[in-house]
Amino acid sequence: MKFGIMVSEGPYTHQAADTAYNFAMAALEKGHEIYRIFFYHDGVNNGTRLTTPPQDDRNIVKRWSELAEKHEIDLVICVAAAQRRGIADADESKRNGKDADNIAPGFRISGLGQLLEASIQADRTMVFGD
Amino acid sequence: MEDEVPTGEVKKIMYINRKAPYGTVYALEALEVVLIGAAFEQDVHLVFMDDGVFQLKKDQDTKGLGVKNFSPTYRALEMYDVEKVYVEKESLEVRGLTTDDLIIPVEVLGTKEVSQMMGDMDVLLNF
Repeated sequence: MKFGIMVSEGPYTHQAADTAYNFAMAALEKGHEIYRIFFYHDGVNNGTRLTTPPQDDRNIVKRWSELAEKHEIDLVICVAAAQRRGIADADESKRNGKDADNIAPGFRISGLGQLLEASIQADRTMVFGD
Repeated sequence: MEDEVPTGEVKKIMYINRKAPYGTVYALEALEVVLIGAAFEQDVHLVFMDDGVFQLKKDQDTKGLGVKNFSPTYRALEMYDVEKVYVEKESLEVRGLTTDDLIIPVEVLGTKEVSQMMGDMDVLLNF
């Protein structure tokens, strides 16, 4: 089965990001396909490489990056939600006159249409939020 | 950043709005999805339930909150061909609201009917 996933909450404060990750791992293990993971609302905070959790805790952002690299999963951060919350890649940063970017490896920034497109393409859409 | 709009396939999509319009950003960002999503020409359904029914309340005044009153945007939904708008009856009633209190015309459905309709959808996006 082909899954589309939306993550609506940021890392650490809410469990949604952990549950979404566990779901994605389990689905892949069972031979399913993840068409795209779309990060919306505070979920965009899953994609900042500046995250520095304590060493004895899980690194949620790094975990996503590794998942993307290993399984070639499309991790998309919503541009409108990202702008509000200060998540930027080099292009976005330059376009908005900022002095830095912070996007984590494996993520890309794009529009809300990517969520709709994923919902249409996927057999199942899963929303992980509160 | 161009989004590809797949042609041909039409899915039944339901946006479920469950949260109050202010206090959190979910309602505003959900509305943004609905407006952008309109370009995909899917079979769109909007349902408002729980505190989400307050999103459609008439005469919202956000001056004291210092945030933008985005409720007039719901009136634009019709122009985006979003015409299937539902409100859960029980959610309205427990909050002392009637359809006269709402900013746009809606169809009122009971919990059972909402639940059945959800079961009939291809995609549920929960906000």
